[in-house]
Amino acid sequence: MNGLRFPGQRSRWRAKQINRAPSPALAVGLPWLSIMVGSLVPGWIIIASAPVLPPLGFLMFVAWRQLRPGLMPVWAGLPLGLFDDLYSGQPLGSAVLLWSATAITLDVIEARLPWRNFFIDWLVAAGLIAAYIVLGLGIANMLGGSTPLHVMVPQIIVSIFFYPLAGRIVAFVDRVRLSRILEIG
Amino acid sequence: MAPPSKRRSGYSRRAQYSTFFGYIAGVAGVLVGAAFLLVSFLEPGAFSWARNAAATAAEPAGGASARGRSAGKSVIDVVEGYILAGSENARLRRELAESRTRLVEAEAAHEENERLKALLGLARRDPAPVALTRLTSSSASSSRRFATLGAGSADGVEAGMPVTSPLGLIGRVLEAGPSTSRVLLVTDTESLVPVRRSGDGVPAFAQGRGDGTIQIRLINLGINPLKKGDVFVTSGSGGLYRPGTVMAVATEVTSDGAIARVLSDPAATEFVAVEDVWGPVPQPGPPPSEEEDQDGE
Repeated sequence: MNGLRFPGQRSRWRAKQINRAPSPALAVGLPWLSIMVGSLVPGWIIIASAPVLPPLGFLMFVAWRQLRPGLMPVWAGLPLGLFDDLYSGQPLGSAVLLWSATAITLDVIEARLPWRNFFIDWLVAAGLIAAYIVLGLGIANMLGGSTPLHVMVPQIIVSIFFYPLAGRIVAFVDRVRLSRILEIG
Repeated sequence: MAPPSKRRSGYSRRAQYSTFFGYIAGVAGVLVGAAFLLVSFLEPGAFSWARNAAATAAEPAGGASARGRSAGKSVIDVVEGYILAGSENARLRRELAESRTRLVEAEAAHEENERLKALLGLARRDPAPVALTRLTSSSASSSRRFATLGAGSADGVEAGMPVTSPLGLIGRVLEAGPSTSRVLLVTDTESLVPVRRSGDGVPAFAQGRGDGTIQIRLINLGINPLKKGDVFVTSGSGGLYRPGTVMAVATEVTSDGAIARVLSDPAATEFVAVEDVWGPVPQPGPPPSEEEDQDGE
């Protein structure tokens, strides 16, 4: 993007893309992989004494579904939620249930509101994040815990404000996903 | 821009069916999740094998991130050290002068202690820890407080063993996998540790509140004798936790006890020690043997 370019002249990056196609494995696999990494990362950042970090895997899942509806199947919440449950500390099945329900909810919203902008997407995501954290707390409390609701408020706020950043990460991964790296012919 | 909807499948039977079965599978996902939860509810340890396998698979990355965390922390410490050097130097000088006299007093008390113990014939020595390792990951985004430990049953770690840092108690082992184990931190709401006030031994229970603090509940109800700044140590009653491990300091007095802050912040700890399950010795004599009191809870 540096310097002046004549119309039609391609940048060096573009020039490298002639005669190349995106890798199908990358194009299909990268969304799944990025969500799984999102599930793992919060556990590594800090040995936390309170729920402080946003559920990054869930944020990435919602962001992928909002940015590229239909890229992942509706049932993607089942395997991805199962993976998240193995590392999140929630009772196993909590994310399977909530992520699947989220995918269906987002599909219904997409059908009702085909014309959306950034703020509507953020508003919908904020509602889903708050519901996800509160319901996750309810499930964890049913199965042994007794954490009061007010403990989760900072996490809900942090997660809602972190969501646009998760969207940027997803948008970046989406560009990488379709980068032309396979040589044709 | 309105994205192209995948729902309008038109007249294509194949597209209609794939949309339909996609939704069926989505609803099935919800049901499968509910079924998993039901199994977890009926038998809490049912999926521990899956979690152990997952933790073992992620262990190399977790270990690397644990080293990265401690490196990042030391960078912050160095920068902070430069900024605070002057005032800290003055404070440390003052504290050093105070602690010199304390040290002499403590040495005298220690000698007297040794002498009295020798009189009683008590040869109590602290056994070596089972394992020294790092906490590799934690449930930072969940309401439960679990951490993963980089040592498992291959290193001799078993369920129920207390986990401590040099600053105090951190938690206890919940499930031990082959090379990793899951730790229930003392700040979790399910963790209940018998404690006593370090000065006079007022007995109490320490239960996590889920937000990094601990609720101290007195066993003897009545007038609340607790004050801000009281230090609580494990009492060892009921076994499991060795008595005298420092745990928390009271920050706020409530009607039935106090709210306390945990002294050993697991985020600031690099290495932790897994100790053997402590069993109370009924009579003075041999130290507790390996076989007895291994039943955990």
